[in-house]
Parts: sequence; C-alpha cells; structure tokens
Amino acid sequence: MEIVHVYTKLRSEFGRQCLLSDRPAELLVDVPPDPSLALQFIQKTPRDQALQACRDMSEHQVNTERFESDSCGINHVEGGWPKDVNPQEVEQTIRFRKKVEKDESYINSILQLGSVMEHCIRQNNAVDIYQVYFEEEEEVEEAPDAPSAKTINVFRDPNEVKRTVTGLSWHPDGGRKLAAAYSCLEFQKTSKDMSLDSYIWDIENPNRPEMTLKPASSLICLDYNPKDPHTLVGGCYNGQIAYWDTRRGSQPVEVSSVEQSHRDPVYKIIWLQSKTGTDTFSASTDGQVLWWDVRRLSEPTERLVLDLSREGNLDRALGAISLEFESTMPTKFMVGTEQGVVVSCNRKAKTPAEKIVCTYDSHHGPVYALQRNPFFPKNFLTVGDWTARIWSEDIKESSIMWTRYQMSYLTDACWSPVRPSVFFTVKMDGVLDVWDILFKQNEPTLSLKVCDEALYSLRVQDNGRLVACGSQQGGATLLEISSGLSTLQKNEKSLLAAMFERETKREKILEARQRELRLKERSRSEQSREEDVGREDGEDSPDQLISRAQKDFYSVVETELRRRRDREDQENRRRRVPAFPGANPSLDRFLLEPSGASCSQCS
Amino acid sequence: MLIEETLKRIQSQKGVQGIIIVNSEGIPIKTTLDNSSTVQYAGLIHQLVMKARSTVRDIDPQNDLTFLRVRSKKNEIMIAPDKDYFLIVIQNPSD
Repeated sequence: MEIVHVYTKLRSEFGRQCLLSDRPAELLVDVPPDPSLALQFIQKTPRDQALQACRDMSEHQVNTERFESDSCGINHVEGGWPKDVNPQEVEQTIRFRKKVEKDESYINSILQLGSVMEHCIRQNNAVDIYQVYFEEEEEVEEAPDAPSAKTINVFRDPNEVKRTVTGLSWHPDGGRKLAAAYSCLEFQKTSKDMSLDSYIWDIENPNRPEMTLKPASSLICLDYNPKDPHTLVGGCYNGQIAYWDTRRGSQPVEVSSVEQSHRDPVYKIIWLQSKTGTDTFSASTDGQVLWWDVRRLSEPTERLVLDLSREGNLDRALGAISLEFESTMPTKFMVGTEQGVVVSCNRKAKTPAEKIVCTYDSHHGPVYALQRNPFFPKNFLTVGDWTARIWSEDIKESSIMWTRYQMSYLTDACWSPVRPSVFFTVKMDGVLDVWDILFKQNEPTLSLKVCDEALYSLRVQDNGRLVACGSQQGGATLLEISSGLSTLQKNEKSLLAAMFERETKREKILEARQRELRLKERSRSEQSREEDVGREDGEDSPDQLISRAQKDFYSVVETELRRRRDREDQENRRRRVPAFPGANPSLDRFLLEPSGASCSQCS
Repeated sequence: MLIEETLKRIQSQKGVQGIIIVNSEGIPIKTTLDNSSTVQYAGLIHQLVMKARSTVRDIDPQNDLTFLRVRSKKNEIMIAPDKDYFLIVIQNPSD
C-alpha cells in the first residue's frame, strides 16, 4: 500500500524566505495492524538471539590414518658439484675450489660473515649462558596429578586369523622388549590355518615383531629368565614345555618329550631361583605341577599331583591354572586351581604328601591370577570369578580384603612393583582397572577402557610405569601410567602394613567368633541329643515331620494375627479421642492415621 | 690474504674446533676439519639452513635469517648464512 503526501507550492513563491510557525500535529495516515496477516506467522516467545560481531568459525577434528613408518639407513654420496667436476677426482675439486676462492663476491661475503661470526664467538667465550645458577635448590614436590594412563602403542597380531594374547612377559633387562604368547583358548575354535607363532616385540616398533618364536603347538604362557635375558621358556597348548635362546633363532632349542609332559595345556610356567639358574616349574589343568631343568627337558625333575587328599591320585587332582613364586621366599609356592582353591605348597618337603601345606577356598570359579605383594610377601592377591581378593597367609577362612562383584569377569591381575598399595586388573569387557587400596577401596582409582574386546592378560614392567595388556583379538596394548600411580608415596609402606594388619586382625577375630559359635552349636546339639535318648533313633517318619511343620506354621500365623488385632484395637482407641478440642472429628482420622499401617510387620 | 687473516683470527679464538665455508649448493670450499667430517657437516647443515631460512621467511616475508646457533651437549655450531655462501664454526663453549 502506498502512502503519498502531496506538497504544493506556487512557482511565484519560490525563493521566498521560509516563515516557520507552530502547528499542531496532524495525523496523516493511520495504518492499523491487520490480524489476518498475523496468521501467516508463527509466534515464538521467548526468542533468544545472540549478537556478536565476529567472524564465523567452525571447529573441526582430524585424525590421520595410521601409517607404517620404517627406519632404515641412507647412504650419503657427495653431491652438489657442477656437472663438469667429478667429485672423486681430487684435482678437479681442488681446481674448482681455487676458482671459487678467487671470486670477488666470495671474498666480500666471507669478510662480512667473518666479522659477524667473531662477534658471536667472543660472546660465547664471555659468558656461559647455560650456567646452572641454582644448583642447591631442592626439587619442589609437585602436586600429585590426577591418575591417568596413556596408550603408547598397540602391537597387533600380524596374522590374518587373530589369536588371543594369553601370556606376556617383559624383558628382564630394562624392559625394552615384550614377549607375547598367542593362542586360541576357546574350545575347538582353532582353525587349521591359524599360525602357531608367538612374538617378541620391541616396544619402539609396533609395526613388526622383533623376533618370532615358532613352537610346535601354540604357546599359552611364556617367561623370560630373570637371570639370563636371552633365554625364554614357554608352555604349549599340547602340554609340552619349550626352551628358546634368542641368540639361536626362532626354533626352540629344546622341547620336552610328549610322554613326560602335561596332558593338558600348560597354563603357567615360571623360572625358579636356583644355583644353576636353569630350573623352572609349570602347571596345567591336568592336575600336575612339574619341575624341569632346561638342560634336560626329556623328563621333569619332580612331579607333584594336586590331590588334596594327599594320595597323589590324578583322578581326584585339581586342575592348576596359575602359579606363584616369589624369589624372596624360595621354599614356598602357591598354585591356583580351576576349582577356585588356592593351594600353598612347600618345595622342600620330603614326601609328596607333605608338599601340600594348606588350602584357601577363594573363588567360585578358576583362580586366574595369583601373586604375592612384592613388599609384603605374606599377603597375596587372587583374581577369579568377578572379584579380586587380597589374602593373608595366616587366615585360611576368608580373604582379608575384597572388591565388589564387578560387572564382568576378571581375567588377570598383578601388583605394581613400585607401589605396594597399587594393583591392576583386567576384565572381559576390555577395561583395565587400577586399584589403589590406600586411596579408595570400593572402586578402582582409575578405570580405562582399553579396547572393545575382552582383555586376557596383563603384565607390569619392573619400573612400574609401563603396563602391557593383551586382548582377545591379538592386540597387546602398551600403556603408560601417570607418575602419581608409579612413584612411592611417603609413608606408603607403613600405612599399608597397618591396613593389612588391621584387616588380618579383624578376620582373625571373626574366625575366632565363628569357631566359638560352632563350638556352642555342637555342644548344644550334643546336649539335646542326650535329652532325646528316649526318642527313637533315626529320622522321624514323614507324617510326623509334616504334622510338626503344620503346627509350627499355624502357631506362627496365629501369633501374627493376634498381633495385628491388638494393633487395630490400639488404633481404634486412639481415634475415638480427638486430637484437640473443637477439632473436626472426621479430620482426626487423617491426622492420626498411623503412617506405619501399610508396612508389613515381621517378627 | 684478507680471508686467510680472518679465518686465522677466528681459529685462534678460544674453543674453536673447526671452520667450514660452504657454497649455496652445499660444496665445502674451505675447511679446517678432515674430509669426511667436512662432507657430513656441509651436507647436513646446508639442509638445516635452508629449512631455517624458509621458516623465517614463511612467517614474515620481509624477514630473513641472519645467524643460526645450534647448541648441543658437547659443542655449539654457529652458522652465518649469506646469499651464496655460509660460514660454519664449531666451538666448544667456555667451561
């Protein structure tokens, strides 16, 4: 709609001076709002509109694709010489050089550069700018940083068919190499073209394993010799033990004979401390623990059958799944079994029957990991079913500390070699948990999802900072733990010792109390048995049992009904008395309705 | 003549271990070190100077590299670049 205001002026009046005068306001046009137009719009209230005068920017994340890099040497050859000069010919090069030296621009530039250079040289000689000024200042203690762990590298199984990383072992000398045992433990899932190799990785190079170990059957576990970093021993899926020397190649130097080895896969093999440094022992689910001397693997030096009745009966033996040996306690060792029992044994016993010292009933399922605390050897950690438990050697009834039941199965655990209160566990949902029992006992201090598939093995390097965990798809992940979790804190040992003592004492008290109760029960049942001498021996007939049960049931029901009736009477009596004078009696019912009427009463 | 004097003066300063003059193509013109070290220094430092110069000029095209010092644990390598040549001096700093 067009609004037009017409203004006219006579031509003769052009150029005349303007005479201004007041005039009241005149309404020229009034355009009322048209409600029908409003229907074309949707009202939005309130409306937030940010106003800022700046450039539009967007955030974008980019992740480069993983590329494989390779290190190799380059052979440098002299170059840069002009075409007519042959660098090998000394005469030609000398001639070229002489020619350049006669060039004027050369002389000028070198003179100029020379003066600049001299200035700097003199500067260097005048003051040492990197002198250490505050040498005696003590290192300020940094505030402990939040616990964290960073993945450094992932070592993937180079074969097509991925196998689980079931065993890991760090190189004893500085931990620059990691040996990983690959096998498929799932029942009948091994395919024909699955490779049997296991690898030794250099932690700097995740692209290619440094060395391959080729056993006759896939390795389930392996261990570096702590005394001799070139030798390794591994336990195979078919029960044999193989011994490698990395200087001698990928084939095992010696393999134990099939008849004398285990009948089931060897789940754990550990080097022992001995004068010769060649002793190891291995455990397997066939119920045996065998001792070997690696110089002669044709037969084991000793055999122990894990039969709890001490008869050496293989049929009744418990299958062993983990072993524990601490070099500070060379005469004792412990075996974790499939049945959830931890057996503590003495190596120096004369007869096999005396070898088994005691047992601990630990888990509902197989004990997958077993390790003594390196600082407090009397306490050990076991992992199995959905919990991790800490035990004291003296208390056989139960563990002194345990974690909550976790969401998924725990498959491996180990203590940190530098901090006595820290241990690591891995679970089947691919999570690595770091527990610091001095800090938090209910949940892990740090919980990291390492990968999507299950994690099966875990090993901490001796410096306590690097942790390797192996997954089901053959990926061994290397993580670095933050310094807060890998440096010994002040008073840690004493605090932890106090904690263990306290828990042990508590368990002892509980055990004593249990024993008392049991004694009392026994004496009471003995007494009641003496009273019922007149009664017939043996069990009551089923009718009598039924009638007795009925009688008990009815008496309980009747007492309950009586109690309810009493309570109702009480309530009615209370309702008849009004709360305050003049109040509406009908409202009293709501005022005085007991709040506990709806909750069920139990004796 | 003049150059010899300059180089002699530089060589006589305290801590100077060696001097190399390299041209823009990386060919060592004059040196006081043995041949293999010279060739190594010339090749490697030439690349470094090129990179440093291009870095400075990328940040500000009006700017140019005037001097480059590479301090390491054992010694200091000082490089004075020019349009066609550069002068490299290896010095052991005062200590």
